[in-house]
Amino acid sequence: MELVLFLIIVPIIVGVALLFIPARLHTARKSVVAAATLVLSGVSIYLVTQYIGEDQQMFSFDAHVWDMVIVGIEMILAGFIIVLSIIKKQYLAAALMLVGAGLMCWFEFAWAGDIPVRNVLFVDNLSLIMSLIIGVIGCLIALFAVGYMKTYHEKHPDVKDRTGFFFFIIFAFMGAMYGVVFANSLVWLFFFWEITTLCSFFLIGYSRQKTAVKNAFRALKMNLLGGIGFAVAIILLAQNTGTIELDHISTLSSVALLPMGLLAFAGLTKAAQMPFSSWLLGAMVAPTPVSALLHSSAMVKAGVYLIIRLSPAFDAVEGGGIVGLCVALVGAVTFVLTSFMAISQKDAKRVLAYSTVANLGLIVVCAGMGNYLLAWAAVMLVIFHAVAKSLLFLSVGTVEHNLGDRSIESMDGLIRSMPKVAVGMAIGILGMFLAPFGMLISKWAALEGLVEANAFLTVFVAFGGAATLFFWSKWLGKIIMVKAVPEGFVPKVSNLEKVTLGVLAGSTVLVCLTFPLISQYFLEPFILGTYGEIYVLEPSNVGILLMMMGLMIVLPLSLLTYRKVGYREQYLAGANVDEKEKFRGSLGVTQSISVQSFYLDSIFGEKRLFNIGVIFAIALILIMLVFAALRAGVGA
Amino acid sequence: MSDYLWILFVVLYIVLAPFIGGMIAGIDRKITARMQGRYGPPLLQPFYDVLKLMQKENIVVNKHQKLYVLCSLIFIIVAGAIFFAGGDLLLSIFALALASIFLVIAAYSTYSPYAYLGAERELIQIMAYEPMVILTIVGMYIATGSFSVTDIGAYEGLLVLKLPAMFVGFVYILTIKIRKSPFDISMSHHAHQEIVRGLTTEFSGKELAYIEISHWYENVMLLGLVYLFFASNPILAVLVLVATYFLEILIDNVNSRLKWQSVLFSTWLVAFVLGIANIAVLGFLKYFL
Repeated sequence: MELVLFLIIVPIIVGVALLFIPARLHTARKSVVAAATLVLSGVSIYLVTQYIGEDQQMFSFDAHVWDMVIVGIEMILAGFIIVLSIIKKQYLAAALMLVGAGLMCWFEFAWAGDIPVRNVLFVDNLSLIMSLIIGVIGCLIALFAVGYMKTYHEKHPDVKDRTGFFFFIIFAFMGAMYGVVFANSLVWLFFFWEITTLCSFFLIGYSRQKTAVKNAFRALKMNLLGGIGFAVAIILLAQNTGTIELDHISTLSSVALLPMGLLAFAGLTKAAQMPFSSWLLGAMVAPTPVSALLHSSAMVKAGVYLIIRLSPAFDAVEGGGIVGLCVALVGAVTFVLTSFMAISQKDAKRVLAYSTVANLGLIVVCAGMGNYLLAWAAVMLVIFHAVAKSLLFLSVGTVEHNLGDRSIESMDGLIRSMPKVAVGMAIGILGMFLAPFGMLISKWAALEGLVEANAFLTVFVAFGGAATLFFWSKWLGKIIMVKAVPEGFVPKVSNLEKVTLGVLAGSTVLVCLTFPLISQYFLEPFILGTYGEIYVLEPSNVGILLMMMGLMIVLPLSLLTYRKVGYREQYLAGANVDEKEKFRGSLGVTQSISVQSFYLDSIFGEKRLFNIGVIFAIALILIMLVFAALRAGVGA
Repeated sequence: MSDYLWILFVVLYIVLAPFIGGMIAGIDRKITARMQGRYGPPLLQPFYDVLKLMQKENIVVNKHQKLYVLCSLIFIIVAGAIFFAGGDLLLSIFALALASIFLVIAAYSTYSPYAYLGAERELIQIMAYEPMVILTIVGMYIATGSFSVTDIGAYEGLLVLKLPAMFVGFVYILTIKIRKSPFDISMSHHAHQEIVRGLTTEFSGKELAYIEISHWYENVMLLGLVYLFFASNPILAVLVLVATYFLEILIDNVNSRLKWQSVLFSTWLVAFVLGIANIAVLGFLKYFL
């Protein structure tokens, strides 16, 4: 238990230390972050060796004093946010914060004394997986950010340098994420949940520019709304069932339906599912490491984590199936529509953002249906997504600093101009959508599971998957294009960036290669413990997948064997000139080739699809909550 | 003994598929010529073409394109091998998708405007047919309870009776897969409606031969998928295969190429309506019978 508390508290201490390192002391910051990376990843790994394969380990202690501390901190933060919101004239945000904090206060003084919380913290294999993601990937992102923020401030002299504050929030964020995945008491979970909301608010608004502030408040409002759902769920649980422990939910009767619905609602807001997807898109204004953190290891993963935790309850609680189905349908609608919208985006970060939302949608579909096969798929998706997405965001960040913008159109010929980064990016992209790599293995399991659970949901996966294929391939096509490097272009990639990108690319490949082991040692005990059934990959299929991966690694070696090859310029309708990649245009002017991708805006345009999605998603959420309320009423 | 029968099937596929595919291409060209009032080339012309291409000087824009074409060929063979070994149908289709993407990537890598246009259009084609392919496999699972080709092939009744709409939908998108008008928007057998040479503009010699051979492998595997719908009655199945292919040739010759919008809309509409209808009927049958 000490280890768990250590993981929650140490990042915050590191954060405070970083807060007091002045912006100009770059090396000091680098050493502290590097040391923290080593310690946190090391302890996360050590924790794995301690608890892996065992059943849920519960930690009980008298948390009464702690509870008071938590409520105290919550109130101070709430007060701060309310004042800040009023200064910025964001009255809705202030009101939402007030309601959320008010509810928690009321709970603490009116109910908490009567509700015994036996097990405050716990560890099981899912928490371990999440803690590895937070510890290893989160820290790597922080390490990358050290170099990135230095360049960021050189390129944006108008933004006030608050690097110390930036790193304080990053590490506080990580501490809160550890809290989320280890908490069994819903009060604790809620506390850390709200902290992640506030941290993302500060990070999105880091530059204090107008759009940044606007988007930060949008994220804050949506997540506070989810938080209110969470708080109401806690109060309802306390009132009707007398327990507020996460592991008890699936043993409850149908009175728990409404709290479950509300918790799922909170999960959907945090996981940026429709209609709340806009906050994550808006978060793109933040420095790139923030996006990487929000998308891969923190924040949105807390949202899907909660829904995965609720997943057994959808199956076990009477009437939970309908609630789960509504949740799954929200995910399905989100998956399809955001995959479509990703097609129409030119900005690399927006493509990544939409693809994140889409993947989270797929995870939500899996978790919502609540069977063991889909739970397996959901957790696998979480793992693969975390690794590949962090790699992609950070490489986009590096490319952006070198090319001056992050449009996919500018990435033509990256394989020549920045070969290593391009290979890393290509690994990330391949990992996101193609066989035999990670995401596809989970998509495959998802399809298998959905056919059994509800075949209609496969229609969503089929169409969304096709769109996924399209937008990733055209991006991949851009970067692997072999094109002359513009004259005078010298890429500048710091060692820190090289190391983090290299480690992340290596882990992406490693995770893909070792997925059978991950499944065997991490997932199977968890799935067996939770559902009583087990999903075992068929050995022959695993063999085929590994063989395909082997081919993908070996085949590029054939590049070295091509000797007797003649080279010619591209066909340019017979009007080539001596210079490479140029042709004689009309009026005898020499023109350069330029090629642009299809964005199919008339079909997959953002505005239209977004509105459709919002209507469907809101309707589904309302149906879910109304159903849950009615059923719970009958049950009581 | 029968445990190792799958190895025999895989070897037969790898050895025979190019010959069968090539012969089909030869017959195709003959029938097409007759439909157009021409005499047409000899039956073995596709083989002569490929052999000739293999002997040509190797000319490329860059080395990478050779690698990608090779990958495309190899993964099509892998996809077919999984299929004919009786393996997981979804996995086989994923391998096929990987191969298709490699071909597109090969075209992208050349940085040639015409190949680029072909590559983008090929991607639209992939996006157009993919949902129907996945839904067909889902339908097969609902009907037979398995994704394994062996189990689906061993299904006792005529699968098509349970999946009539899926069959129609699959034949509809098969037109894209075997590169026939009106859906041949990325590269076409009909020179008169081509944007230079589309996807294959920058490929010559050995690479072009590989692309042709991989196309043969792919066609054989796709016909294998059509066969699965009728697997319980092999004679009927072969007759249907012949009829289906003839129908595709006919459609090819009486249509000109559509715009990409129409390709995407019509195939998605077909997949959506027929796919959902068939899944709904199957669900209904399962629930009430």
